[in-house]
Amino acid sequence: MNSAKPPAYIIENLTKVYKTRTVLDVNYLEVRAGEILAIVGPSGSGKSTLLRLLNFLEPPSSGQITYGQEVFGPERSVSLAARRSVTTVSQRPILLDRSVRANVEFGLRLRGQRDRDGQVRDALQRVGLAALEGQHARTLSGGEAQRVALARALVVHPGALLLDEPTANLDPYNVGVIEESIRALNSERGTTMVLVTHNIFQARRLADRVALILDGKIVEQAETEAFFEKPADSRSKAFIRGEMVY
Amino acid sequence: MLDLLKSALGNSDLAEIVWLSLRVSGIALVFATVVGIPIGSALGLGRFVGRRLLVALMYTGMGFPPVVIGLFVYLLLSRSGPLGGLNSPLVPNLFTPGAMVLAQSIIAFPLVAGFTMAAVMGVDAGLRQQVRSLGATDWQTTVTVLLEAKVGVIVAVIAGFGGIISEVGAVMLVGGNIEGRTRVLTTAIVLETRQGNFEMALALGAILLAITFVVNVLMLRLQGKAFTE
Ligand SMILES: Nc1ncnc2c1ncn2[C@@H]1O[C@H](COP(=O)(O)OP(=O)(O)OP(=O)(O)O)[C@@H](O)[C@H]1O
Ligand SMILES: [Mg+2]
Repeated sequence: MNSAKPPAYIIENLTKVYKTRTVLDVNYLEVRAGEILAIVGPSGSGKSTLLRLLNFLEPPSSGQITYGQEVFGPERSVSLAARRSVTTVSQRPILLDRSVRANVEFGLRLRGQRDRDGQVRDALQRVGLAALEGQHARTLSGGEAQRVALARALVVHPGALLLDEPTANLDPYNVGVIEESIRALNSERGTTMVLVTHNIFQARRLADRVALILDGKIVEQAETEAFFEKPADSRSKAFIRGEMVY
Repeated sequence: MLDLLKSALGNSDLAEIVWLSLRVSGIALVFATVVGIPIGSALGLGRFVGRRLLVALMYTGMGFPPVVIGLFVYLLLSRSGPLGGLNSPLVPNLFTPGAMVLAQSIIAFPLVAGFTMAAVMGVDAGLRQQVRSLGATDWQTTVTVLLEAKVGVIVAVIAGFGGIISEVGAVMLVGGNIEGRTRVLTTAIVLETRQGNFEMALALGAILLAITFVVNVLMLRLQGKAFTE
């Protein structure tokens, strides 16, 4: 990792309140350029909410996110260009009611890009689905659909890719394919990634750094090695030992 | 009856009636669609103050008796009415096809908008968010959602057409059923029945049915793809 580069994201005093409930409350968190940052934490702790804010899909209730030159806050939105340089593979991907090809092509069409064929093929090859280009998306298996969702996100060459449980409910084969694409993308393109996962083994396999979130608060963030070997917070220890109910 | 249909089809008066029916309802449907689909999408997808009231009004409009809309349009367009008094070239005169188009547009609009709204509301909110996440502008998101809801949106247009091609009260009131000028299939059927020409009335009814059938088949072909895959 190149520590001379400025961070991709700087998150400061960020909160998200739904009705009266504060579901996210992050004092400070950086996402370094080019790293894979894993966010782990129990169900309902605010992981998906954090990703929605990092993708500028909802405004925060207070605080701010600095992304490159731009600042995102309760009353400040970011440019379309900034928004288009971030994309999410969601926890429950929903593909368009079209062919696999049309799904992968979608982000390129939105950006008015021509000559999409090669890029679509490359993206599908990365997830090992080149053969399914012509199939209708709604007929895919769960694992295939998840991989198409990854392909349609990476085809736009995002600067930051947000992955929300990209392998939840998948068999080991599909988990392997997806993890391999994530790793390759990160090393070849230097894509910054935030990976939300329940699976601490996956965090350990893929991430440069790990952050633990509990009740909307980041209780520990550290290099992966240190996070697992020498957790500073007792709650991190409990989480790693699997004592936390989720 | 078949003979009658044949002689009727060779009859230029009848051709005129059919053509006027198609023109009036077709143009009204275009207006209702051009206005109804965007408004239906906004009501289905947007969040703004007064939305619930508008939705309730829309549903009311969907069940509104066409003849009452005809009455309103009549009053609006009559010489002493608020629009009729303007003498503007944009306002159609009573007892013209323009007045019929206006009435039918108003009848079809809540049908198109209401069914469009229901169709886009049926699209998963998660999909909308993912489309945005892939870099869609608000406009691109709306178009994508409409395409996802294509089957329902086409039903909206079909419902609008069905509601006006078969409508008699409003066109009778504001058109006046004037031979050669504002007589359409439905008003012709009323007239022929009243005069005891049941065979002619039946033949006209058959033509009306055939038109509705053909138009719906054409629309279903548009939906086609969504069904075959
Ligand atoms: N739009 C919303 N309105 C109200 N509450 C919400 C909304 N979105 C999320 N929440 C609440 O915020 C909390 C955090 O949700 P979030 O989806 O971020 O959790 P998570 O960490 O991703 O959980 P999981 O691991 O189960 O996916 C939950 O209690 C949820 O009910
Ligand atoms: Mg989640």
